[in-house]
Parts: sequence; structure tokens; C-alpha cells
Amino acid sequence: MTATTADHHDDHHDHHPSGIGRWLFSTNHKDIGTMYLWFSFCMFIIGGLMALIVRAELFMPGLQLVTPHFFNQMTTNHALIMIFGAAMPVFVGLANWQIPMMIGAPDMALPRLNNWSFWLLPPAFTLLIGSLFSPGGAPAGGWTMYPPLSIQTGMGMDMAILAMHMMGISSIMGSINIIATILNMRAPGMHLMKMPMFVWTWLITAFLLVTSIPVLAGAITMLLTDRHFGTQFFDAAGGGDPVMFQHIFWFFGHPEVYILILPAFGVISQVIPTFSRKPLFGYSSMVFAVAAIAFLSFIVWAHHMYTVGMPLAGELFFMYSTMLISIPTGVKIFNWVATMWRGSMTFETPMLYAIGTVFLFSIGGFSGLMLAITPSDFQYHDTYFVVAHFHYVIFGGTITGAFCAVYYWLPKWTGHMYDEKLGKIHFWLTVIGMNITFFPQHFLGLAGMPRRIPDYSLQFTEFNMMSTGGALLLGLSQILFLYIVMKAIKGGEKATDQVWDGAEGLEWTLPSPPPAHTFTTPPLVK
Amino acid sequence: MKLVRSFNASRISGVILAYTALLFGALIASPAYAEYGLNFKTPVTEIAHIEYDLHMLILYICIAIFVVVFGVMFYSIYAHRKSKGSVAAKFSHSTNAEIIWTVIPIIILVTMAIPSTEALIRMEDTTNSDMTVKITGYQWKWHYDYMDHDVEMFSSISTPRAQIENKQEKGENYLLEVNNHVVLPINKKIRLLITANDVIHAWWVPELGAKKDAIPGFINEIWTKIDKPGRYRGQCAELCGKDHGYMPIVVDAVTEEEFEAWVQKQKQG
Ligand SMILES: [Cu+2]
Repeated sequence: MTATTADHHDDHHDHHPSGIGRWLFSTNHKDIGTMYLWFSFCMFIIGGLMALIVRAELFMPGLQLVTPHFFNQMTTNHALIMIFGAAMPVFVGLANWQIPMMIGAPDMALPRLNNWSFWLLPPAFTLLIGSLFSPGGAPAGGWTMYPPLSIQTGMGMDMAILAMHMMGISSIMGSINIIATILNMRAPGMHLMKMPMFVWTWLITAFLLVTSIPVLAGAITMLLTDRHFGTQFFDAAGGGDPVMFQHIFWFFGHPEVYILILPAFGVISQVIPTFSRKPLFGYSSMVFAVAAIAFLSFIVWAHHMYTVGMPLAGELFFMYSTMLISIPTGVKIFNWVATMWRGSMTFETPMLYAIGTVFLFSIGGFSGLMLAITPSDFQYHDTYFVVAHFHYVIFGGTITGAFCAVYYWLPKWTGHMYDEKLGKIHFWLTVIGMNITFFPQHFLGLAGMPRRIPDYSLQFTEFNMMSTGGALLLGLSQILFLYIVMKAIKGGEKATDQVWDGAEGLEWTLPSPPPAHTFTTPPLVK
Repeated sequence: MKLVRSFNASRISGVILAYTALLFGALIASPAYAEYGLNFKTPVTEIAHIEYDLHMLILYICIAIFVVVFGVMFYSIYAHRKSKGSVAAKFSHSTNAEIIWTVIPIIILVTMAIPSTEALIRMEDTTNSDMTVKITGYQWKWHYDYMDHDVEMFSSISTPRAQIENKQEKGENYLLEVNNHVVLPINKKIRLLITANDVIHAWWVPELGAKKDAIPGFINEIWTKIDKPGRYRGQCAELCGKDHGYMPIVVDAVTEEEFEAWVQKQKQG
């Protein structure tokens, strides 16, 4: 119950550096997890500010605040920072904190590698954000970096390529660590098919990462050699093929989408049973569904490229394979609903976020199914409909999933209950702000507004104004989130070990907050 | 530990339901309000019709599934609450249910895939065209080459800079006006060859249902057959650098006689 005594008891064999050294040289999964979480929150704010610049410029037709070139830098870097800086690291942070506690391990399998994975990120993002101040500015060709446009960019592109290599190395090492931890360090009795769903989704995500990130590394390296070393991989004039870049990029890019969403699925598969006070429905079909999604994610990539002029057979193949993904995804959604069915539900903030994630992600899932249909995609492609779609998936699925996880485990981490009332207000502000921001973008896209434009014709004005208003609300609401987390760190109602009366799993057998070293002797799982 | 729960869950689920109804009501009603820019613009070619019909079909199916699934979920949220005295059941598995909700989606997907496949086959058939226009994307303008008529021209934005910089009131077709319109005859199967000179662009006119990437070193082809005379406006759809938002397309669909007259005038001019 009281953490302090346990702390001293467990710490005697370890010499903790204090001050900055504690963090710089940390090999402790909890400290590294905390650093990942704070880092991703900082990136979330920076990426969010970039989005607000974009939305502010789009509030009215005409150019008011920024030049088109700077606008393109903002859209590009918003995406890169949100994907690689916020959405991916937040789940690595959660994995660091939770996986050892959930499988009954004392720490991650490779603690020093863990330290290096994290500490690659700050320099990587300093380099990426620093590219804004380089001659010619930051990359402005979209986060997809299609050549030949990305060949035209100044040295900012090279800085971004180097930064992405560092992020990629960080992700690969982090994933290797997670795989090694899960496969080798489970407590006795915890068979694979007894693992919590969050651990399962991360195991599969980690395999997706080690498979797809090297492909991205290859693509951007070819881009770099095309830019500086006289190769012509993507230059048609030299016998190269600009479309090949798109194939390689999306071979990484589509698994990436599932890298972002699967751990969030894992989180809500923990949270819904807890607050329904009922075991997860269809555990083994959940595991198989995640595995099926992961497999399919490698054979659907060209659905991002229906307009490049593929042969009919190619278009049909990618349409069918993409449609297939909705089957395992549907299974997951049905299982969550069945978990709630005839439960004994309460609606604390994590549960609200879990329901919100299922709901919002499903909207993104349905628009995804619409986008899968090649003939109608010819109209949706590269419009705001696509922007709405992936924000429902990435904000509505990944980011709300991350909020869900933070509220769920925050009492465990800090030993204090967060302010439930404020948590609920944060939930409603976020969900309402998110919908006002992104729902009108469906209409904009259908009515014909292309994406990635700094200025638009008059017919699109009203919905853009609405979207900008929603974005402002969404952005400001996150200050409340910061306040709630800070307040829980500083104090508040003491959390019990169990925290939630319906919670099950090894992490809830530990004190809240857990001492620095936990499960030094493995628990026995029956 | 028992948490203090200070809010009324039925009120909240009511709000969620009302909100959902609002969002989807707007979308369902959208065909009727096409002129307010909620849905596709009125199609004027066979391809655009195919796209529109398929889009509406899939949209309605998605909305129907959405309503059923989330109807069940929100009913459960309403009925199976601890505060209403609901006691948790123990079940965690049902093979029958899992078979049903795997098989039904498969059937739905097949019913979607059949018309989609037919549509795609029809759209990709560029044979037996009456004429060919080659379109080339440049940073940031379009070049049109009427290969059977010996006419070619560049077409770039004609919206005055002052309007973009907010120094002058914006015209009705702000950002969607060009110096040279693409004149095309109606009721002719026109093959469009699309390529680019520098970076990737995409030629897109929503009412024609025509969108294809313009890629340097590649020639893509699509076809169009316009039913109705009129002026149809579009834009470059693939990010192509700083002025990507400023390379519009204006198609003038005219009768065959008017088209011939236009061709003659171009040749003299
Ligand atoms: Cu262009």
C-alpha cells in the first residue's frame, strides 16, 4: 500500500544517480517509459501548434498568415512530428511502463538498448524541427516525400532524412527490446495465450515495426543518393521510376497505420473488460484478428496509389485485399460490444475514452472501406475526405486510445487518483472538438476540395471555418489534460493497489505507485 | 475501491445518440443538398455517374451497419449499467456469434465487390475513342495538346494576385478560373493522355469523374464522354510544390459544331 517502504526495500542493491543523471543514464523501464510519455506529449503540442497554423491559414479563402511554401512545411512537419514524435513514442512509453508489470518481469530484456532507443529521439527531432531554419526551409513535399518533388527541396530534406533514420533505428531497437522481453521474460505460467491483449498487440506491432521500418530506411536512402550521389532510382529521365518510390514508401506506410492503431486496440481491450466487470469476449479471436490485420497490412499498400495508373488486375487485387481487412477489424469491434453486453458498466474517464475510441475509429474504418473501393476512390483520392478519414483513425483511434491508457494507468503510476470530474470534461471537450474539426472535412472532400492547399475557392468557406474553430477547441482542451496529469502527480486521493474494482492483471497486484524495481522474483500465474 | 460517480450515464448516452444522429443525418440527407457542397457534384459523364452510384451504395451500407452495431452498443450502455443494478454475466465466448459476425460481413463485402469490379472494368476501357488530348502538368500550369486537331495551348490560373492577397474582392470563381479553357465536344469518347514535365501532378475535374496522376516519364490514360454542355472546373490534386493550390482546370463542354468552330479559330489565331 505505501510505496515509500517498498521503495527503500527494493532499492538497496541499486545505486540510483540523482538529478539529470537519473534520466540520462536510466536503464529503468519505468523512468524510460516516463521520458517517452513526456517526450511524446511535447511533440504532440509542437505538432498541434503546426496544425493550428495550417487551420488558421485555412480559416478564410485568400492568403492571410503564411506563404504557400511555409504552409507546405507546416503540413509536412505536422504529419512527421505527430506520427513519429507523438503517436509512436507514446505507445512505446506505455509499453515500457506496462509490459514488464503486466507479464511479471523485473524490467525490459535489454535495458541499455532501451536507454539508447529513447535518447536517439531528442536529437532526431531537434534535427527535424531545426530543418525549418535551414536555407530553403523544412521539407515541404508532404510527409510521403514523393519524388521528384522531394528531390527539389533544399538541405532541409537531408536533415529530415537523417532525422528519420535516427527515429527508425530507435523504433527498431525499441521493437527488438519489446519482442525479447515478451518472448523471454514472462512470469512462470503465463503462456502466450494467457497474455493480456495489450501485450499481444504490442508483440505483433513490434514485428510490424522491425519488418517495415527498414523498408522506409531503404526508400529514404535511395532518395538521398538520388539527391546527392548521382543515382537515378526515381528519376524517369535517367531510367528510374518515380512510382517505385510510392510502392516502397507505402509498403512501409500501410503497416505503419496498424503500428499506430494496434496498441490502442490493446489498451481498449484492457479497459472495456475492467469497467464492464466482465472478461474480454472472444480472447483468442481477438489475438487472431490482430495477427490477421498485421498480415493483411503487408498486401494492401497500393490502395494509396489507385490514381498512379496501375493495371486493372493490380487495382482489383488491392481493392479486394483492402476490403478483407474490414473482417478482422469488424471482429474486434463486435467483440468489444459483446464484452460490454450484459456487463455491469461504469463510466470513469478511461471507459469513456475506450468507448470514444471504438466509436470514432469505426467512423474512420467505414470511410476507409469507402476509400478501398477503387472506382469511387478516384473521386476521394487526395481530397479532404482522405484527411478526415485518417484523422478519425489516428486521432480518433490512436490518440484517444493513448488518452484512455494514461487515465487508466495514471493512478498506478503516480499513486494518486486523477480528478475524475476534470477527466470527463477533458474527454467531452476532446471528442466534441475532434468532431467539429474533422467531420466537416468529409463534406469538403466530397464537394471537391483537394488536400494540401493553402487557399481554396469560396464554396468551401463555411466548413473550413467550422473546422478551424473545432481545431482551436481541440488544441486548447489539451492544456486541461496537462493540468490533470500534473495535479495527479503532485497529489490527490490515494490510489489503492487495485485502483479499479473490475481490474485484473499482474500490474494491479503491485503497490501504487510501484517501486522502481518490481517483480524481482517472478509471480506465479495460475 | 468504489469511485464516486457523479454523472448521469443515461443523459450522456442520450447526448451521444443525438450527436450521432445529427452527424449522420447530415450525411444521409446530403444528396438533396448537393448544391451546398455536402456531396459529389452532379455527375455529367458515365464514369462520374458510376462513381456517384457506387459511392452512395457503399455509404448507405456503411451507415446501416454503423446504426446497427452502435445501436446495440448504446443500448448496452443504457441498459447494462452498474447504477441500474446490472449484474455482470460470466460469458466470454460464443462460437456461433463469432461465426455469424464473420460470415455476414463477408457476404456484404462480396455484394460491394461485384458492382465495384464491373465499374472498374468499364472505366479502364479506353479503346474505341473518337479523339485524343494529351495533358501535361508543369509547375504550375497545364499544357493541352489536341493530337487529332493540331491545336495546343498552355492554361494557367487567371485569378488576379490582388484577390489572393486580399487586396481586392474575390470573384465568384476565385481560384477556379484560367486564361485558356479546355474545349471538348460532348457525346464523344475522348481519350486523355496524362503526363508531367517536372514533378507529379494530378488532373482532376470532379463533374467528369476524371482523376489521374500526371507523372514525368509515364503516360497515363483515361477516357471521358460528356453528356451535357457546360463549364466544369477542377484542380490539380497531387501536391506539386508551392503553387499546387493555384493550377486549376476549366473544361468547356460544347456541341460538335461549336467545337469544330473553336478548333478553326485556334488554328488561325
Ligand atoms: Cu500540380
